[in-house]
Amino acid sequence: MLRRMLALVAALAPLVAGNPARAFSLSEIAPGVYAHQGETSLMTRENLGDIANLGAFVGGEAVAVIDTGGSLIEGRAFLAALREKTQKPIRYVINTHAHPDHIFGNGAFVETGAIFVGHKNLPRALAARGPHYLSAFRAQMGDALDGVTIVPPTMTVDQTMTLDLGHRKIVLQAWRTAHSGCDLTILDPKSGVLFSGDLLFLQHVPVVDGSLLGFLDVADRLAAIKATQVVAGHGPLPAPWPKALEDQRAYLMRLTADLRAAIKKGEGVAAAAKEAGAEEREKWRLFDDYNARNATAGFAELEWEGP
Amino acid sequence: MNTAARSAAGALFALLSTAALAQTAPDPWPELVVDIFHSRPIAAADGVIALEAPARAEDAAIVPMTMRFADPTQIKVATLVIDQNPMPVAAAFTLGDKSGVGFIETRVRVNSYSNVHAVAETRDGKLRADAKFVKASGGCSAPAVKDEDEAVANLGKMKYREFKSADPAKREAQIMIRHPNASGMQMDPVSRAYLPAHFIDSVEVFQGDAPIFKMEGGISLSEDPTFRFTYAPNGAKTIRVEAHDNKGGVYKGEWPIGDAS
Repeated sequence: MLRRMLALVAALAPLVAGNPARAFSLSEIAPGVYAHQGETSLMTRENLGDIANLGAFVGGEAVAVIDTGGSLIEGRAFLAALREKTQKPIRYVINTHAHPDHIFGNGAFVETGAIFVGHKNLPRALAARGPHYLSAFRAQMGDALDGVTIVPPTMTVDQTMTLDLGHRKIVLQAWRTAHSGCDLTILDPKSGVLFSGDLLFLQHVPVVDGSLLGFLDVADRLAAIKATQVVAGHGPLPAPWPKALEDQRAYLMRLTADLRAAIKKGEGVAAAAKEAGAEEREKWRLFDDYNARNATAGFAELEWEGP
Repeated sequence: MNTAARSAAGALFALLSTAALAQTAPDPWPELVVDIFHSRPIAAADGVIALEAPARAEDAAIVPMTMRFADPTQIKVATLVIDQNPMPVAAAFTLGDKSGVGFIETRVRVNSYSNVHAVAETRDGKLRADAKFVKASGGCSAPAVKDEDEAVANLGKMKYREFKSADPAKREAQIMIRHPNASGMQMDPVSRAYLPAHFIDSVEVFQGDAPIFKMEGGISLSEDPTFRFTYAPNGAKTIRVEAHDNKGGVYKGEWPIGDAS
C-alpha cells in the first residue's frame, strides 16, 4: 500500500506540482508536427491513463490537436507541453474514436475554445459508453480519474473533411466500423504524416471493439493512403508507412482463420476464445489482456458467415 | 405465460428502479430474492442445475453462460440473474414438458464485477440455485452495441445451426437472432434525450408443435441473442422459432431438422 502511494506521488509530482510540460514528452517528428508516445500498458492510477499516442499539427494560423489522453491531468500536461512549442490558437481538437485513453483529457481543452471534431458516430458512441467508462475506470484509476468529463464533438465527419490551419491543410477521413464504430484518421499531405488512431496498433496487441472483418478491410484500404510515416494509436512513433501495417494484418488474419476453423468444428465461444490467435502470443504485448476479448467478439461476428 | 415467468418478466422492470442501490449495496442478492422470487427459500443446486461462467468477462458485451440440467424432466423454469446489472434478470427459460433440454448456452452483458445466479424452479415448486462470480472486463470494453447501423440493418434475421450432440439420445442446435438488444438507458449528450430501448423480450422454440423452451428476457442479453441447447427429438421435421421485441416486432423462422444427431 505504502509503495503504491509513493509510486503515485512520484508519478503525479512532476505533472501536478512541478512544470507539467517537462514531464510530458512531445517530440517534433516533422516540421510543425508533434507527437507524444503513451506507455504500452493498461490505464492505471500510476500512469494517469497515459497509454495512447497523441499529437498536434501546427499551421501558419492555428493548431489542431489529435486526441487528448486518458485523464484530465494528462490532458492538462499535454496542453502545457504544446503551449511551450506554440502560442498559436488551438482551433480544433480531433478525437480519433471514443475510447477513454484518447478522450478523457478533452476537458483540459474546453477553455481553449477549440472546436471538438469526430466521426459522425462519435456522439452516439460517447452517449452509449461514456457513463460506463466513467464508472468502470474509477476502479483502476481511482482519483486519477477526478475531473474527467465526456466532451462530445460539435463538428462531425461523415466521409472526409479538410481543415485549413494556414499553409497546412489536414484531411480527416471517417471509416466504416473497424477497430471501433467511430474511427477517424488524419493525414497531413504536406509532411506525409498520418495519424491512424487505433486503426493501427504497434507492439500493443490490436483491440477489436467494432468488427474483425471491418478492421481487416479498413486496414487494407488504409495502405493506399499516400503517407510516408504514421503515428499509430499505440506503439513506437513515427513508423514507416505502409510497412507498419504488416504485423497487425498478420494478427487479424490469424485470429480470423482460427475462429472460422473453430466455428466450422462446432466449438462454443468460450472454448474458441481460449485458443484462437494463440500462435501470435509472443509477438505482442498485453496479449492476455485483449486476445480472448477479440476472439469472443470475433466469434460472435463470424458465426453469422455462410448459410 | 406461467406465473413464474410472468413474475420474472415483471421483475425486469421493477428492478430498473433499484439499479442504483444495487450498485452500491455490498450484495444485492438478498433483495433480488425478494423481488424476483418473492422471498421463497432457495436451496443449493445439488447437481439439479449447474452454471458455467467464465472467471472474467473478456468482452463486457458478450459473456457466455451455460446452464446445465441433470434431469430436465424435473425443471420447470431456469432463470439467469446477473446480480449487479441494471436489469439483473437476463433470461427466464420455461422448458417444454417433454423437451429433454440438457443445457442452454446464451450470452449476456456483464457491467461490473458480479455474482451470476442460475436458479431452477423444479416441478415440485422448489427453487435451487448455482452461482459463479464473474470479474468485470478491463480496458475499453463496454456492454454496448458494436455497430448500431448494422444492428438495425439486419434486424430480425435468424440463423439455425445443428451440432453433433455429445449425448446420442439428444440433438444439439443453436438459434441466433439479429437484434441490437439495446438498453436505452443512456442519455445522448447532445440532445439530452434518452436513447430508446429496443430489445427481444420473448423467444419461443418448438420442434414441430411441441415447445422446447420459452425464453423471457431483457437488455442483459447480448446483442444478436443466441441460444445453443440440446433437446430430446420427438420425430418432428422442423424447428420453429417465434421472437418478440418490446416495440411489437415479431420475428419468425422455421428450418428442417437435419441428420446431425
